[in-house]
Amino acid sequence: MSVAPTDMRESTVSADFDPRSWDMVGSLNLSKQLVTGRVLVELARTRPEICVLTADLGRPTQVRVFKEEFPERYFNFGIAERNMIGAAAGMAAAGLRPYVSNYACFMAVLATDNIRTDVCYPNLPVKMIGTHSGVAMGFYGTSHHATEDIGFLRSIANLTVLAPIDATSLRQALEATVDFETPLYLRVGRGRETPVYDAPIPGWRIGGSHQLRDGSAATIFATGNCVNFALDAARELAGAGIEVRVVDAYSLKPIDREAVLAAAAETGAVFTAEEHNVIGGLGSAVAEVLAEAGTGTKLTRIGFQDAYSVLGPPTHLYAHYGLDGAGIAKTVRASLAGR
Amino acid sequence: MTTAAVADVATLKAKAHMVRSEVLRLTEIAGSGHYGSAYSIAEMIVALYYRFMRVRPAEPQWPDRDRFLMGKGHAMIAVYPILADLGFFPKDVLDTYTRLKSPLGDHPDMRKVPGADFSSGSIGHNLSVAVGMALALEVRRSDGRVICMMGDGEQAEGQVWEAAAQAGFRKLSNLIAIVDRNKVQSDEDCATVLDMEPLDAKYRAFGWHVEHLADGHDWTQVLATFDRVFAGPREKPVVVLADTVAGKGVSFMEGTWQWHLGYLGPADYLRAQAELDEEFVR
Repeated sequence: MSVAPTDMRESTVSADFDPRSWDMVGSLNLSKQLVTGRVLVELARTRPEICVLTADLGRPTQVRVFKEEFPERYFNFGIAERNMIGAAAGMAAAGLRPYVSNYACFMAVLATDNIRTDVCYPNLPVKMIGTHSGVAMGFYGTSHHATEDIGFLRSIANLTVLAPIDATSLRQALEATVDFETPLYLRVGRGRETPVYDAPIPGWRIGGSHQLRDGSAATIFATGNCVNFALDAARELAGAGIEVRVVDAYSLKPIDREAVLAAAAETGAVFTAEEHNVIGGLGSAVAEVLAEAGTGTKLTRIGFQDAYSVLGPPTHLYAHYGLDGAGIAKTVRASLAGR
Repeated sequence: MTTAAVADVATLKAKAHMVRSEVLRLTEIAGSGHYGSAYSIAEMIVALYYRFMRVRPAEPQWPDRDRFLMGKGHAMIAVYPILADLGFFPKDVLDTYTRLKSPLGDHPDMRKVPGADFSSGSIGHNLSVAVGMALALEVRRSDGRVICMMGDGEQAEGQVWEAAAQAGFRKLSNLIAIVDRNKVQSDEDCATVLDMEPLDAKYRAFGWHVEHLADGHDWTQVLATFDRVFAGPREKPVVVLADTVAGKGVSFMEGTWQWHLGYLGPADYLRAQAELDEEFVR
């Protein structure tokens, strides 16, 4: 989908600067897939109850545009995330429909208790968009990574967890859930991802998934950046005569049980690929389905193996941890070969 | 051995110039960096490490050392060059900044960086950690002191005030907090996001002694303020409310939130370096 250009009016980088220079405003040009603010502006035009909250991350999470359009419904809480989540619960209880936009680390990881106790236990219509998930922040280090958020949030009752992976699917998820009246968390990236979709996902539903490629040798369920990487792996494996199914597990909770069981029955081996600890995340969700159904299917979980990431640029980290296409392909081959 | 107590301002000024120049260079390696909040603290951290803090670069874990915690962790890029210069680790480690498996990230990691007394990156956590360290030093009857550098945007975190209450209540006289009042945060000016002033009255009400540093870039004022702060003995924790300028030293960055994070292409890198050099020789 086409993405509108960044509003550069507040940038200090004028025409006499080196064209390679950028400041806070210019940095937003790097995050094209984060369309949260623009979509919410459209939705809010007919819904006066929609408001937007952030904790000093309105620019990098790309909701600042909402302030331009609806300044009275935009709340920058400052660097005070727990307070922001509690206030969102209060707004929802008093008739508003708040959307909270912050880094995943400074929302799902930092404010888990507030999400559970203030939002989910009372079952309030608060929608949270956790950006820069996984290790998208690279050399910022563990404080800025979120490789536990799926695990934390999956175990909170009343909470639905979705993972749109690009601008098209983020728009679709926001539009489809606008009248959703229970807690919702969208796990998204930094906005620099290579788009997967150029049209809305057919048959999109909460509890659904989308098969992007079919194959008979194995199935890879992936989320976030790993969907692209799984597609890369599938292309590489196809070159060696190994056809694998690739599924975008866009609904992490509830998980698409039917798709998991179909994969087990039709392709045998099942793999999961996620920018998350293998404990508690997509791999765990798929394992629960397979074990409870008693399929006896072999499952291989690709992700962080219960360890914190080293420092480095994100693309280097994906390669280092075997999350990129080559890494996933290598793991699939080894597993299928019985190693 | 402790850090050589550098007395002459000319040397301290040269170190601050080195810090600002290294921030340019390390940001070039990383491809992005926090110029603004690194430049606002340059004089203060140089004064601390080269004149006031008791540390042993050859013995980073010396139990009775003074401890420095970078609550505003994204400004650690300004401290790494000092730690290398003092000999905590070889200078060529700086060249690996942010590259795969480097010990030096945008935020400090106490398990990887000799001289980094605690990890940070989640704003608002480090004053609590500093309280714990101050309590531990008291229990151990050590005369080490704990210094925690925070941002003014950081004052919005509720946890800061939980820690401030604890420190004031327990009269932690070995605890020194510094608030770098550079007036900006990531999204815009602090005053328009969530104005936490008056910090003076707030910290006093929480049981702290308050010192004002009217110009955190003026060597006479910086040294006089820290002379008072480190003189002791006191009966309370002390907070230095330091008025500074974000991006100090590079004209187009000064006083702006826009350079909280950014990148300078080669022509602008040279322009910024020239400004720093010009200011240094003056």
